Amino acid sequence: MALDLNNVSQQYFDVLKEIGNIGAGNATTALAQMLGQKVDMKVPQVKLLDFKEVGSIMGGEEQIMAGIYLLVEGDITGSIMFLLQEEAAHIFVNQMMGGMGSGNLEGGFDEMELSALKEIGNIITGAYLNSLSMLTNLKIYPSVPDLSIDMAGAILSVPAIEFGEVGDKMLLIQTQFTDEKEIDGFFILVPDLESYDKIMHSLGLA
Amino acid sequence: MSEIIKVGMADLKVCSAPDGLTTLGLGSCVGIAMRDPVKGIGGLAHIMLPDSTIIKDNSNRFKFADTGIDDLISQLLALGANRARLESKIAGGAQMFAFTAKSSSIQVGARNVEAVKAKLAALRIPLLAEDTGQNFGRTVVYYPENGSFLIRAVGKDSYTI
Repeated sequence: MALDLNNVSQQYFDVLKEIGNIGAGNATTALAQMLGQKVDMKVPQVKLLDFKEVGSIMGGEEQIMAGIYLLVEGDITGSIMFLLQEEAAHIFVNQMMGGMGSGNLEGGFDEMELSALKEIGNIITGAYLNSLSMLTNLKIYPSVPDLSIDMAGAILSVPAIEFGEVGDKMLLIQTQFTDEKEIDGFFILVPDLESYDKIMHSLGLA
Repeated sequence: MSEIIKVGMADLKVCSAPDGLTTLGLGSCVGIAMRDPVKGIGGLAHIMLPDSTIIKDNSNRFKFADTGIDDLISQLLALGANRARLESKIAGGAQMFAFTAKSSSIQVGARNVEAVKAKLAALRIPLLAEDTGQNFGRTVVYYPENGSFLIRAVGKDSYTI
């Protein structure tokens, strides 16, 4: 069975939702430890979107986002991206740096803040990949993460192009972290074709 | 009252002056603006991938440089543009993430730009200006009336090519 995102099965949705649930749960725990305070999350939503709709879900194509992107190797290959709106990224970074940062809620990030943001992305995507690895019993090794702060459309073009090679839709997991205010985080997992088969197979679904 | 028409990802639109066309947040994708300067008829395509012939599911023609440009031209001609007068400008094809990975999809921005240029050259459509590559996203607005191609990026003043 090849990955056909235009006719993606309910089963695959459920699998992703479950991975998203556990992954986001682990990510929330890791985040709370790192920030030294309680963080809650809501049940993640899995969405299959047309390319044209993707930007609007994040507040428009021109919404400035922080995107952390890394490649995945091992038993499965592909890439994973985690996105946060700029303001949410500032909130996390300010908390992590405990008042040592600029305290800005908008505008650019300085060197220290960028590195903190990369670490946050690393921990969150790491928690997510760990869940996937544990559920499937597959070895997954993430690359060093890379960060881009730019328009949502531009950042999303990277996974969209990867999805574009197999279809016209993109799978997205939306997680809401609730702190003092609600913070939306978005995961995009792009397994290549063989990896999709491996994931389903290892779960006894293929 | 003129209108600015929005073009999505893997999409294309054509219009007549004084209307304009825009596409928001181009990353590794390429925006191809084309017009007949005499008639003031123009179009904008937002392509994602270089080559339709190597992809199995290539039914969405607007997604690819080759078929996207073919369709852009046929839609311009259908609106009354003269094929011999067509001229173009392009933007986008950034590399949004710096790491150089072995995966060729990472350099897809550069490959998109290359494919678009090759296609335009093969069709003998002059490329008047470009703002491509580097590592930032671009929003573009195209005015077929005078051919100006406005580019906006985060943290930069907007400029016209």
